[in-house]
Amino acid sequence: MSSQLDKDFLLEAQRRMVRIRLFDERASKMVKRGQIPGTVHTSIGQEAQVVGACMALGDQDYMTGNHRSHGHPIGKGSPLSPLMAELVGKATGVCKGRGGSLHLADFSVGSLGESGIVGSSIPIATGAALSSKVLNNGKVSLAFFGDGAANQGNLYESMNLAGVWKLPVIFLCENNLYALSTPAHTVTSGVIASRAAGFDIPGIRVEDGQDFLNVFNVVKTAVDRARRGEGPSLIEVVTYRFNEHSEGLRLGVDYRDQDEKAQWLAKDPIVLFREYLIKEGIANASELDALYTAVEVEVEEAFEFSQSSPFPDASDPYLNLYTEPFEVYA
Amino acid sequence: MSYLGAIGAAQREAMDADDRVIIIGEDVEANVYGTTGAGKARAAEGDFLQRYGKNRIRNTPISEEVIVGAAAGAAMTGLRPIVDLSYSSFTYLAMDQFVNQIAKNRFMFGGQASIPVVFRSAMFYGLNTGAHHSDRPYPMYMNVPGLKIITPASPSDAKGLLRSAVDCDDPVLIFEACPLWPMKEEVEEEEYWIPLGVGRILREGSDITIVAISGAVPEAVAAADELAKEGISAEVFDPRTLVPMDVEGIMKSVTKTGRLVVADPAHQTCSAAAEISALVAEHAWGSLKAPIKRVTTPDTQIPFSPALEKHLYPNRLTIAAAARSILQVSQPV
Repeated sequence: MSSQLDKDFLLEAQRRMVRIRLFDERASKMVKRGQIPGTVHTSIGQEAQVVGACMALGDQDYMTGNHRSHGHPIGKGSPLSPLMAELVGKATGVCKGRGGSLHLADFSVGSLGESGIVGSSIPIATGAALSSKVLNNGKVSLAFFGDGAANQGNLYESMNLAGVWKLPVIFLCENNLYALSTPAHTVTSGVIASRAAGFDIPGIRVEDGQDFLNVFNVVKTAVDRARRGEGPSLIEVVTYRFNEHSEGLRLGVDYRDQDEKAQWLAKDPIVLFREYLIKEGIANASELDALYTAVEVEVEEAFEFSQSSPFPDASDPYLNLYTEPFEVYA
Repeated sequence: MSYLGAIGAAQREAMDADDRVIIIGEDVEANVYGTTGAGKARAAEGDFLQRYGKNRIRNTPISEEVIVGAAAGAAMTGLRPIVDLSYSSFTYLAMDQFVNQIAKNRFMFGGQASIPVVFRSAMFYGLNTGAHHSDRPYPMYMNVPGLKIITPASPSDAKGLLRSAVDCDDPVLIFEACPLWPMKEEVEEEEYWIPLGVGRILREGSDITIVAISGAVPEAVAAADELAKEGISAEVFDPRTLVPMDVEGIMKSVTKTGRLVVADPAHQTCSAAAEISALVAEHAWGSLKAPIKRVTTPDTQIPFSPALEKHLYPNRLTIAAAARSILQVSQPV
């Protein structure tokens, strides 16, 4: 364990992982009860991979994400209530009810936006890194994307541009083994991380993405490298989503092997990190129970906030379409 | 000053005025298209590169999707990029970034992002470059809320509109018509800005309004001159920017003349001319003395052969003929 990882930092990591878990469990319940319209994709099971990457970034660093979208801003430190209100479509939502689950963004923590289009936010993160490079402000960007997005062309355009301009950006592939129902290996030639070699940039595959420290250490090395001006890295983290692709989705066919599922469910990142913290004498069980209970309260408060907040005023359909708006002729 | 010279001048002024302005695109370092240098077209080292350095003048790989997306990401985090996409038909390679990111991010994120970025591209129509280089695609982008679209039709408009585009906190797409490149006129050496959404009357008239877009503007002016010889007083109006559009300016003119021809080099279906015609039909029906006529490019692809291409776009003859037909004035013998 690196000496810089003090107790507060490690507990904060566990806190953020538990926040993601309980937030998404509540969101899942709300979908079933009809309290959230539209579609929701949870990060349950992938918390170590999300938080490990987010906490390797500094508070001022940038991040973009994808449709599996709640974990990223939570991992970056976004408060829960405006996120939950956004899922419900309330005026107090982090995007004022204009984004919803698929399009969360919290610029106050460097979250430049999730994306409902697979892979589409990768060039945005690359551009944020261009901005850091030109302005020489030391900020690093990280693009989260899945194994499905790893087959989008814009990733390779982005890796090439970032490689040739030595942009401070991390391409972080969350390989949860399935693009909806399609096993990644059936549509992906070779190893995703190995593709970095073609761009002469580091490509690292983290086989155990359920271990917070594993992910954190690899991403931190890449972030430090980027901050030193040495350019981008591609990191592929192998992980697993415990829930269905999206909440409420009933495919009528189980495309995932039961044994495989059982093996991964046994590798719950929150349980594993709790055991680690206790074993290493960093925290005791009652401290961790208290942390869990405190997050339960946070999530309950976020839920209450989402229910008590007003819906947005529908009178202006053009609000925030432009920074410099103009009169619509009528 | 030429049209391209005016764009180069505006880019130089914008680069001088604000360190956050950068220029990225294919071949910008060598000034291949003549807008990143002055009087040194195709120099091995364009003088923008010497003046502003490699940090702010950047050649890109031929990767439109990341060029466009990265410019947006940079704009969301403190830069004000000007992107040279060279040919307008190359913009399609970046359609996802234009439509799903650039047009939507500010709205979708509840106003957290501003995206001050300019995308320049040139419509190489009328130059026998064939179907892949001759597109006039601005109407496709007019259908995407969140973008601003401008089509300067003269050197002085190009300079003033580009300055406003760079200073605008919204994404702006500029479509530059290559048939206008050789056009020369006096252009103020001083800095000036032409606001987006304000059209211009090029000829005053009382019998008929010709609203003309982009490369059709000088053709409409020539048509108006011809019509004047026949005693027809045609008003020529260039909206200059399509989003936002100076609808009030168009209405004012049509209300005065009672007749409308719209000349637009885009394909007819869902063209800028279609939108302008619909607006006038909806809002100025009572003033119309005759049906509206569109002079556009037929809904077919652009052929290579000069014998086939040159007849397709609106020109002074077809615009004048449309005006006469509305006025039921027969062509002079």
